[in-house]
Amino acid sequence: MQPLLDIDGLAKTYASGVVALQPTRLAVRRGEIFALLGPNGAGKTTLIGCVCGLVTPSGGHARVDGFDVVRDARRARARIGLVPQELATDMFETPWATLRLSRGLFGLPPDDALIERTLRELSLWDKREACIQTLSGGMKRRVMIAKALVHEPRLLFMDEPTAGVDVELRRDMRALVRRLREAGTTIVLTTHYIEEAQEMADRVGVILGGELVLVDDKAALLRRFGRKQLTVHLHEPLAALPDALQGLGITLAADGRSLLHAFDAGAEHSGIPAILRRLDEAGIGLRDLHTRESSLEDIFVDLLQRRRGESA
Amino acid sequence: MNAFREPPPFNARGVWAIYRFEMARFGRTVFTSLLTPVITTALYFVVFGAAIGGRMGEIDGVPYGAFIVPGLIMLSVLTESIGNASFGIHFPRWTGTIYEVLSAPLSPFEVVLGYVGAATTKSVILGLVIFATAHLFVPIEVQHPLWMAAFLVLTAVSFCLFGFILGIWAKGWEQMQAVPMLVVTPLTFLGGAFYSIDMLPGIWRTISLFNPIVYLVSGFRWSFHGESDVAVGASLAAVCAFLALCLGIAWWILDRGWRLKP
Repeated sequence: MQPLLDIDGLAKTYASGVVALQPTRLAVRRGEIFALLGPNGAGKTTLIGCVCGLVTPSGGHARVDGFDVVRDARRARARIGLVPQELATDMFETPWATLRLSRGLFGLPPDDALIERTLRELSLWDKREACIQTLSGGMKRRVMIAKALVHEPRLLFMDEPTAGVDVELRRDMRALVRRLREAGTTIVLTTHYIEEAQEMADRVGVILGGELVLVDDKAALLRRFGRKQLTVHLHEPLAALPDALQGLGITLAADGRSLLHAFDAGAEHSGIPAILRRLDEAGIGLRDLHTRESSLEDIFVDLLQRRRGESA
Repeated sequence: MNAFREPPPFNARGVWAIYRFEMARFGRTVFTSLLTPVITTALYFVVFGAAIGGRMGEIDGVPYGAFIVPGLIMLSVLTESIGNASFGIHFPRWTGTIYEVLSAPLSPFEVVLGYVGAATTKSVILGLVIFATAHLFVPIEVQHPLWMAAFLVLTAVSFCLFGFILGIWAKGWEQMQAVPMLVVTPLTFLGGAFYSIDMLPGIWRTISLFNPIVYLVSGFRWSFHGESDVAVGASLAAVCAFLALCLGIAWWILDRGWRLKP
């Protein structure tokens, strides 16, 4: 099936000479939630801007539902909703009026029922006639999300929609994203809260220094790069690692009270049975043991550090 | 999959959305938007019409008080057209809300139509209010009402387009205010708003002919009194040429995203 968003060699070099986005290829499938991760200034917003018509690409193409974002901008843009990073809305307007404006800009007839539904879904109904500047930061962020939804886009870009907002909105936003996906909306999400991406995304892309260095299914990514660590808490501390435990990839913690063993999350043999057998044979008593799987955040930080190490 | 409607070839609803949004802003500030220029114009009539005008003779057979009416209307329309249109586009640039227009399925022409249409409406309303105010001070007869309306609308559209360009060009509020104050207002005062350029010595009359405002004021005054400093056709051609130039520049700006898109 044709991807909903098909990016082919899209690049951006600003007039200052800064390369914000190196030639990038990316296909976002219909109905998926795609998380784009990267540190500040990595090129996430530039990529989104190029697709949405806010940044003029220096090269390459992007197609939304088969329509080129430059040559067939009208039909491409009609399919896109954008929640920008900044709280950019007319602060002297009301949520109701600004949603009517947003829908109108997309050439759609007024639909009060839809606006009401959107406002209710984002807990803004009671504030529909309030001046936006009197709303809290979280409420303003909800207005931004509502504005992006009111023309019922097929592809929704959410550029750090939960930056600086409270736990409640983050939870509501996650629920909203799930509902949108169920309704068939494709979502491209950038976030600094990587646990959010881990919880919601089907696939993850990592962008570093303007280069999309990695795109994979979240589960595959965790399998590929993920590490697991076994921690064995000992009854009695050890002064050094006994000979019986040598050669198993075990390290002794600095306090001598626990043994650590790291292994690939996707590996067929973890080595745990052998370790437990040797411990038993050596008469070393264990008090407890547990395993911990590396998160998307661990993988992301690891990638980032490796990248910085390479460029240093 | 949610419902999806293909955008129309001409996004009339998008144009209307911008227009309505801009007019709603005007509605919220209608009192100050109209009262300030009306008071200013009334003061001009008191000073130039009653105080000074009484001591001056007729110009081209028209009492001085009535003679300055077209120039005063033009002065306000020019100033307000530039101010309204430049604010209309500069404010969303400044607040960042321009992202919404740039990412919407709107062509450059539709964006210009929405913003400039609203600014033109405000300017024409203001021109008509000042025209009505002038009636309170001097008797006015309009010899060519259709031409008067045509010159009023064409001038408002042209200078709203100019203001739109200015609002995009300006990097800040100070720059945006500098052009009307340092360029447009002096040109308007020297454009025959308060006098006929025939009253100027030879060289200054020739220099005045390079001032585009002269053609606007002259054409507009002709529609009132049937007398003009320059040929009416020349006035009309000047307005149309200025309009076409501004339209072309505005279209180019939006098409290229100059100062709007990095």
